Amino acid sequence: MTETTSAEQFGSSRVKRGLADMMKGGVIMDVVNAEQARIAEDAGAVAVMALERVPADIRSQGGVARMSDPDLIDSIIAEVSIPVMAKARIGHFVEAQVLQALNVDYIDESEVLSPADYVNHIDKWNFTVPFVCGATNLGEALRRITEGAAMIRSKGEAGTGDVSEAMKHIRTIKGEIARLSSLSKDELYVAAKELQAPYELVAEIAGTGKLPVVLFVAGGVATPADAAMMMQMGADGVFVGSGIFKSGNPQARANAIVKAVTFYDDPSVVAAVSRGLGEAMVGINVSDLPAPHRLSERGW
Amino acid sequence: MSVGVLALQGDFREHAEVLRSLGADVELVRRPEELARISGLVIPGGESSVMDKMARAFGLAEPLRAQIRAGLPVYGTCAGLIMLADSVLDAIRGQESLGGLDIAVRRNAFGSQTASFETDLDVPVLGATPVHAAFIRAPVVETVGPRARALATLADGRCVAVEQGNLLGTSFHPEITGEHRFHEYFLGTVARVGFRG
Repeated sequence: MTETTSAEQFGSSRVKRGLADMMKGGVIMDVVNAEQARIAEDAGAVAVMALERVPADIRSQGGVARMSDPDLIDSIIAEVSIPVMAKARIGHFVEAQVLQALNVDYIDESEVLSPADYVNHIDKWNFTVPFVCGATNLGEALRRITEGAAMIRSKGEAGTGDVSEAMKHIRTIKGEIARLSSLSKDELYVAAKELQAPYELVAEIAGTGKLPVVLFVAGGVATPADAAMMMQMGADGVFVGSGIFKSGNPQARANAIVKAVTFYDDPSVVAAVSRGLGEAMVGINVSDLPAPHRLSERGW
Repeated sequence: MSVGVLALQGDFREHAEVLRSLGADVELVRRPEELARISGLVIPGGESSVMDKMARAFGLAEPLRAQIRAGLPVYGTCAGLIMLADSVLDAIRGQESLGGLDIAVRRNAFGSQTASFETDLDVPVLGATPVHAAFIRAPVVETVGPRARALATLADGRCVAVEQGNLLGTSFHPEITGEHRFHEYFLGTVARVGFRG
């Protein structure tokens, strides 16, 4: 043991939320092997999400989707120096324990995988590693934060390449936050009840006008313009899943989306980077998906 | 004249808030022409490999190097410290820094996120009250060259804050712990130097 003069505190909310702060203005990319992870890092990803199948393949292949093989996660951690995230099933606290033991930098308790518990999410306060969780509305986001999530991503509809659900969810969350800011104190008690979230958290958000954690957008982002639109909607950053490695030229598309996120408010940059990217992922219209096949309805 | 915050990626808004709370005029900087309007620059926390890539892709890196050589005061936190280091260890393939600080910095020197921590640090130039510091996948200064000087070290002796002329760098993030003294100290340098590009 080395002697320390002052206590070092690990796994505090500040360092958990702080890592998400450092990813702001960036793109987190889904990768399924070390080669894709290398492409993502070279393109300027702020982090990679290590998984066995991108959501588009989970959707088309069906079956139970679970945490990735530890060997795969190790190989991606070994390949890149940017943060590596990995997904655990909703409520599967042992998958989360395993991911923490593998030294991933963030765990995504994700509706893209098959839920392991249809009642409870993971008690994320029990972990040193931080968690990001999906949300379709403010109440869901606040319940996840109450359970210890250090970062929120709006869910969108993963694996579709259709940005309309991502748009719906970020608009819903932003709109509900704006509404809270307009309420008087007595109305906030009712708002907390309606949101099924603790009053203190609701009152805090009414005061600050924003979530106490970073908010990224996910689920359906496939083009630089999609990504820039999410940033203009007030997202802190963007997850891109199937949109990069299911497209015709992943390297070029990854580069372009990173630049479009940095210069999201400059249409000339978004136009320039949108040229010559080849085919975007083919995609599925969310309206063609029967409700039971929509991943965003997992989690509550 | 105002103080710029490099806004390519990372927690630049947190820095802008701290600087504004101290009375500074703040300008977010993403383009070379925006450098002409600033008398100091903060490079925030974030991902150094992304900042480097964007700074070069959008023509900011070379003019910024020239400004640093000409005496622009710059304060870098975490990724910003890496950007200011003359030598970066464990860089990604092809990563460059802006340089200016005669130091070698190791990226992500503590390990994965589970090794990120908060602690109190003695920083004599800021007075007797310790600085509460958050280290998030943080770098450390492995070599302090003869032109730079260490401002703070961890209990194990590793250097985590440095100064050289008009340049200041910390491995940690005062902008997220409510610690304003580094920014005050930096604004003091900016006022003293009165840099015009």
